[in-house]
Amino acid sequence: MSEQYMLRVVKLSRFFGYGFLGRVKFPAVDNVSFDMEYKPKIFTIAGESGCGKSTLARMILGILEPSEGAVIYKGKNIYALKSKERRWFYREVQAIFQDPYDTFNPLKKVDRYLYETARNLLDLKDAGKTQDIVDACLKRVGLSFDEIKGKYPSEFSGGQLQRISIARALIPEPKLIVADEPVSMIDASMRMNILNMFKEFKEAEEISFIYITHDLATAYYISDEIAIMYRGVIVEMGPADEVLIKCHHPYTKALIEALPEPSRRDDWLTRKVKPPGMEVKEFIMPGCKYADICPYREDICEEKKPPMFDVGNVKTACWLYK
Amino acid sequence: MEPSLIVEGLKAGYKLQTIGSSEEVGVYVDAVSGVSFTLYRNEVFGIAGESGCGKSTLIKAVYGYYEPSLVLRGGSARIYGAKGEEFDTTRMDRGLLEKRVWWKHMSYIPQSSMNVLNPTMRIRDHFAEILRIHVGMKKGEAYQEARKYLEEVGLPVDALSAFPHQLSGGMRQRVVIALAILLEPSLILADEPSSALDVINQKVALTLLREKQEALKNTLVIVSHDMGVHGVLTHRMAIMYAGKIVEIGRTADIFWKPLHPYTKALIESLPRLGDKSKRVGLSGSPPDLKKPPDGCRFHPRCPYAMLICSRAEPSLREIKEGHYTACWLYSEAVGEPR
Repeated sequence: MSEQYMLRVVKLSRFFGYGFLGRVKFPAVDNVSFDMEYKPKIFTIAGESGCGKSTLARMILGILEPSEGAVIYKGKNIYALKSKERRWFYREVQAIFQDPYDTFNPLKKVDRYLYETARNLLDLKDAGKTQDIVDACLKRVGLSFDEIKGKYPSEFSGGQLQRISIARALIPEPKLIVADEPVSMIDASMRMNILNMFKEFKEAEEISFIYITHDLATAYYISDEIAIMYRGVIVEMGPADEVLIKCHHPYTKALIEALPEPSRRDDWLTRKVKPPGMEVKEFIMPGCKYADICPYREDICEEKKPPMFDVGNVKTACWLYK
Repeated sequence: MEPSLIVEGLKAGYKLQTIGSSEEVGVYVDAVSGVSFTLYRNEVFGIAGESGCGKSTLIKAVYGYYEPSLVLRGGSARIYGAKGEEFDTTRMDRGLLEKRVWWKHMSYIPQSSMNVLNPTMRIRDHFAEILRIHVGMKKGEAYQEARKYLEEVGLPVDALSAFPHQLSGGMRQRVVIALAILLEPSLILADEPSSALDVINQKVALTLLREKQEALKNTLVIVSHDMGVHGVLTHRMAIMYAGKIVEIGRTADIFWKPLHPYTKALIESLPRLGDKSKRVGLSGSPPDLKKPPDGCRFHPRCPYAMLICSRAEPSLREIKEGHYTACWLYSEAVGEPR
């Protein structure tokens, strides 16, 4: 393939309406661009609730049409695919969602669900071969077919069921997995097992991940690159070490300082933070959307949207770095 | 040190009465299984553990908040008011608790603020109602008091005339915290007070709670699955596993010198900024509390399990000063079943 990038997100925006008949439009995702190379990596999109990270994920997955911009996967615009290409796209790019109990139909046995995924996505007719594939995928997440046979979703713990949904995502041999808050409902002692699995799949099987999360500590642990979002905009993007340790954008700084970190106990207790303001108002602000809260605010911040400035390997949308 | 809460051998759980599946009827979920601990004035105490370990049930049982299917099986929970008044919440019915204990001596902050706020009542009427019932204040006077109070906790006064749904989640949780502290109770029970909030809102809510506790010198109990929250906020903490307290101690000791294998695994699995070394979680899942395992409830997952662990239950013993754990590894009496 001559394309340099596996995935290109180009000036992507999505508007939602609110107010009477939805007449006031606000951008949940506002002009977001980033690229992912073919080299397998874990790219994290982090931010608080309402920052647009899930909306962005759904657009990348091809299940929510963008208002503006394009998602280019292996050189093809995913919203202009022919039906055959669309099946190819759904095999290449898979999803894992937050609540595994939502992923599975509660009235359907889990093994049947896996079978159907294999049959539909891989066009398999042979039952024996289908079972082999399902079994192999379950083994990759540390389960076996006998453990899940004939059981309903309610018979599993959250951690087990999330592993099964990862096995399901592995069935069509995807190249990219978009995982939207995959461990936020899993207990701490099992969370790391799932994240370690992602790392392993990246290294041993060359699967790339887009990891969507609000949890910066796990983001630091697994990601190669990270983008921090605020009110629909990427405010800072680059290698995870540099973004999360050096923190260029004032919002990234505020996030890191607010993180409850036991080794910084005294600091955490004494340092004050300003609570965020009205969401919708910030979404439609003409300049930088963080200007209302930012301690470094200048006039230009309220008037003009900051472009992405290069600071070493990091890009940040802040007038401080002009 | 004056105690503010003494819990002794508390047992509470859920009696399932599912219609339809006959095998479930009458089954008992042993969620809080003989828990004892003492809290003192002027401390922040944390209760940590994973989902389903019984930490929320414990708090509900102490508060006396028995909703259908939650039943008390034994033990006591005695709370002490500012003037030394004693109330055993396990021996009081709901009406009595509402009249004499709740809000005044003990208040409860649930995870979802909407469980406390009435969606059809303005914020100011929530304040007025508590002040009217417990202090006998008139409406006009109560509104003024509420206004003064809200300014004090740093909430915009506009919030008073708003309905709960008009406020953001972070603001709503701060209103609930303000309500819980209004009558300056000697015990505040906060069940996952910040879990539904973003980091920045979480910090605002937790600092408010902490500041008020420092000013009132009362006892604040924080229930959270998030070890980070305990690490920055609590003085002492308890770790729960499958309905039992497995370790109690000063927070610093729990973090840096944990004793129980479960606590160790929990601490070791925490990812930290600036540290990319490999973290390993526990294998297996917590036991089904409908039929908990014999002996130590952690033994099926414990890397150090010995023969005795599956046969006899270890009791909570003081290993170092103020640091207790329930584990046979620290017992000289191994081999001598109780």
